[in-house]
Amino acid sequence: MLDSALSIFVAGRNLARLWEGLEITLWISLASVGLSIAFGVPFGLVMASGRRFWPKILRLYLEAVRVVPVLVLLFLFYYTLSSAFSVNLSAYVVSVLVFTIWGAAEMSDLVRASVTSLPAHQRESGRALGLTGRQVDLYVVVPQAVRRLLPGVINLTTRMIKTTPFVFFINIPDLMKVGQQIVEVAGMRNHLASVWVYGFIFLVYFAICYPVSLFSRHLEGRWQS
Amino acid sequence: MDLDFVIACAPLFAASAWLTVSLAFWGIALSLALGLLAALAGYYRVPILRRAAGAYIELARNTPLMIQLFFLYYGLPRLGILLEGRTCAVIGLTFLGGAYMAEAFRGGLTAVGRTQIEAGLSLGLNRVQLLRHVILPQALAVAIPVICATAIFLMKETSVFSIVALPDLMYLAKDLLKEGHSTESNLMLVLSYLVIILPVSLLFAWLERRARFAGFGS
Repeated sequence: MLDSALSIFVAGRNLARLWEGLEITLWISLASVGLSIAFGVPFGLVMASGRRFWPKILRLYLEAVRVVPVLVLLFLFYYTLSSAFSVNLSAYVVSVLVFTIWGAAEMSDLVRASVTSLPAHQRESGRALGLTGRQVDLYVVVPQAVRRLLPGVINLTTRMIKTTPFVFFINIPDLMKVGQQIVEVAGMRNHLASVWVYGFIFLVYFAICYPVSLFSRHLEGRWQS
Repeated sequence: MDLDFVIACAPLFAASAWLTVSLAFWGIALSLALGLLAALAGYYRVPILRRAAGAYIELARNTPLMIQLFFLYYGLPRLGILLEGRTCAVIGLTFLGGAYMAEAFRGGLTAVGRTQIEAGLSLGLNRVQLLRHVILPQALAVAIPVICATAIFLMKETSVFSIVALPDLMYLAKDLLKEGHSTESNLMLVLSYLVIILPVSLLFAWLERRARFAGFGS
């Protein structure tokens, strides 16, 4: 039983290919999370700013992205951009673009919530102590907002890692796609190939996401006050 | 824009949308049941079940639905367990959703105050009555927003069901791409999801407003 599993993973370059697939999965996740933070934080600050016009526009963007499944967005950007507007982007660019459009929207909501959830007396006390508006932002608002924000951001990171298998649909050779290719070849000779390979990928995702979730919970517990 | 094409393929989209809705309905309903059981196992500290529920929640929450479905649909038959595509989809969605629903219920259950339970006990309620009339109603009121958000999340997760060979909306859209009218069919795709998800999210917004008044003495 066990040697049937071993035979798949040592056959040819299978293990190396799975590793390459994992690398693609991780790179796409990393790029998307980084860009989502870069765009989501300013968007969130604008949404929390209480201005008249831009928060409404950003709210509309957030709701529009939220109501459509990410896979549908990926599909639209990959196929409609090329056919209707003749913009040809590589599958990798499209996947990072779409995950960022979605991630930045979710991130902006987290930032908005963490800033507006600060009780008003925190700012007021700062002002009463004679801090300038800038000092209040820097020494009172930012440190507390970041603490409230961080668990949510880490959570979003695991959500984005768990969303990357969608790139399977636009034929990027990520962990899932490589796994499927290996099963297709090995499955003819090895009866249990799909069990081993998909079970292995299941555990790989768990091994990546579980520690990150634990870390988020650890922060939540420590900073809850 | 080719209106004839849109009209011609509208019934196809309606059929696929119906499949998505019915699978989502069963998946969410069963998730609620499984989630409640898992949360209660933790709440009452049932010896072995509590550990099992904890492990299940971590496994389901930290892996993508797609790999869960792949395992169910392509892995299990090799072990002698043959499942239909629809069954796989509902089991997969329930496996994923149950863990999220359990977390939602857990949040609600821990929010029920100690004094509420003591008051119930001093009125002479037994454990079942206490759960049914005191704990669950209050826990549910607190958990409603998270339950609703999870239900919407699960509805969107149904978009991957075409990998277990189900003719859902994504499957249809991909199929129609070959016919050339990609702009029209993609528009129909987005429209179909809007028709499914928007009414539900409006209904949930209303439900959340109602539930906000349900907090008892807190």
